[in-house]
Amino acid sequence: MISLQPGEITVGGVALHNHLLLAAGVLGTTGASLRRMLRLGAGGVVTKSIGPEPNPGHHGPCLVRTEGGLLNAMGLPNPSKEFVGEIEPLKDEPVVVSVYGKDPEDFKEVAGWFAGTGTARGFELNVSCPHAAGYGAAIGTDPEMVLECTRAVASHGLPVWVKLTPNVTDITTIGLAAEKGGASAIVAVNTVRGMRISTEMRRPVLGYRSGGLSGKAIFPIAVKCVWDLYEACSIPIVGCGGISTADDVVEMMMAGAQAVEVGSAVIDEVRVFEQIARGLYAADGVAAEEIVGVAHRV
Amino acid sequence: MSDLPMLPVRVTVKAVVEETPSVRTFYFEPGIPSSPGQFVMVWVPGVDEVPMALSSATSITVQQVGDATTAMFCLKPGDALGIRGPLGNGFTVSGKTLAIGGGVGAAPLLHLAVEGKVSTFLLGARTADELLFAPVINASSNLKIATDDGTAGHHGVVTDLMDEIDLEAYDHICVCGPEIMMLKVLERLHAAGVADRGQFSLHRYMKCGIGVCGSCATDPHGLRVCRDGPVFTGADLLESEFGRYARDATGSKVVFPWAKKAEE
Repeated sequence: MISLQPGEITVGGVALHNHLLLAAGVLGTTGASLRRMLRLGAGGVVTKSIGPEPNPGHHGPCLVRTEGGLLNAMGLPNPSKEFVGEIEPLKDEPVVVSVYGKDPEDFKEVAGWFAGTGTARGFELNVSCPHAAGYGAAIGTDPEMVLECTRAVASHGLPVWVKLTPNVTDITTIGLAAEKGGASAIVAVNTVRGMRISTEMRRPVLGYRSGGLSGKAIFPIAVKCVWDLYEACSIPIVGCGGISTADDVVEMMMAGAQAVEVGSAVIDEVRVFEQIARGLYAADGVAAEEIVGVAHRV
Repeated sequence: MSDLPMLPVRVTVKAVVEETPSVRTFYFEPGIPSSPGQFVMVWVPGVDEVPMALSSATSITVQQVGDATTAMFCLKPGDALGIRGPLGNGFTVSGKTLAIGGGVGAAPLLHLAVEGKVSTFLLGARTADELLFAPVINASSNLKIATDDGTAGHHGVVTDLMDEIDLEAYDHICVCGPEIMMLKVLERLHAAGVADRGQFSLHRYMKCGIGVCGSCATDPHGLRVCRDGPVFTGADLLESEFGRYARDATGSKVVFPWAKKAEE
């Protein structure tokens, strides 16, 4: 097993305590919850996606466990502008604010609330949520829209990460659009479209009927997306999707990721970041640059 | 994680009992093996999924408050519900236990009482008609009653009954009810120096129920009511948001009416 050198790193313009970030949408609704994850070893945190209006999200069931994964259709619940105050106490921490909207103006406006306050080290554009009509993947499957939304947020002068959906024919088209729009990094991937039907109830389980699959079940999909993006794009990639062990992190890095986001694995253990870090870091470990993308060189 | 439920399980409503004018108990099959204080996510198909305390392994006791509970009040025997559970950490008791319940908050405590784990039970309600489970509780523990309007038992709030209780004599004090009531209980426990013996069943807005989404995270430690609770010790709650505010479905803070003045 390969170990990495511990210590601070910078990825996509954002300084982090280590290579492991909390993924958007997981335990990111409140400042206290984000702080808890930082205390429990996250090298950085991505907030719940914030949009132009307060949103209660979809009716339940919103999230269920399924074989090897989690299926959710939360529906982007968020308190909108009020969230600026929520993360104010985290000003000195590596907080990436996830943003969603229906068009470039929405994205720019929402990011602007945070840009002037010093509460965001960077933004992550949610152009990939698979269960919100008119938002998320509705934008992230259109290269022109991705380019314009990225450009709009980049105008605030902070790093912009763009989180991509795997639910496209060619993810590199979208990755290149983000790069062209001025993104500092690409995050790959958001959840994979999925659904379950309760045979006993004869109806879809989720209140929104279908949703997004995360967790171990999608790890190979995420690795392939990161692999393809590494071949096509020149900006850093943050791997996301089904990561739960130190070896998963190394594998994702060998595919081309410079850092990773961990989300669904908190269901097994809220101390998942400490757990992964214990296996991942050693004083005599290699520099991350030695393994990022190494699998491409065979 | 293997202990956490996967898809909701279909249960059939076997009986609906009108406990009080505003509270009904829904008995269902199959039962959910659980310990007192644990809860379930109840799926009312086509409406919503909401957290509910179990009043026994085969029942939930429900007050009509929103869309999901209103839809539940239309259920008849033979109808179906989806259940995910049991979830969360319930009451942990040994030795001598005092239970304090207000309104529909008596439901999870009933589970504890019928297992013979409660020595003394303080039960409160607005009026005699709204007293929940009094005969059943009386059969298994020493029951003392308070009603706001004096139509049964002590005329006043349930915390008044604590005046005649030697709190030091109890190893555990299990509490469930409206937050203002639980806050008053906590203040008394704190004053008596026994806040750490209190176990309070907290209610917060929940979406996932299994510790992932974070919608029920509390301040300042980010503890999740669904996974780290719903039962917390009084000591845990003393420094928390408890009694001051909760959050709605958007994650916005909603300050309790009685706390508004203090927040301003």
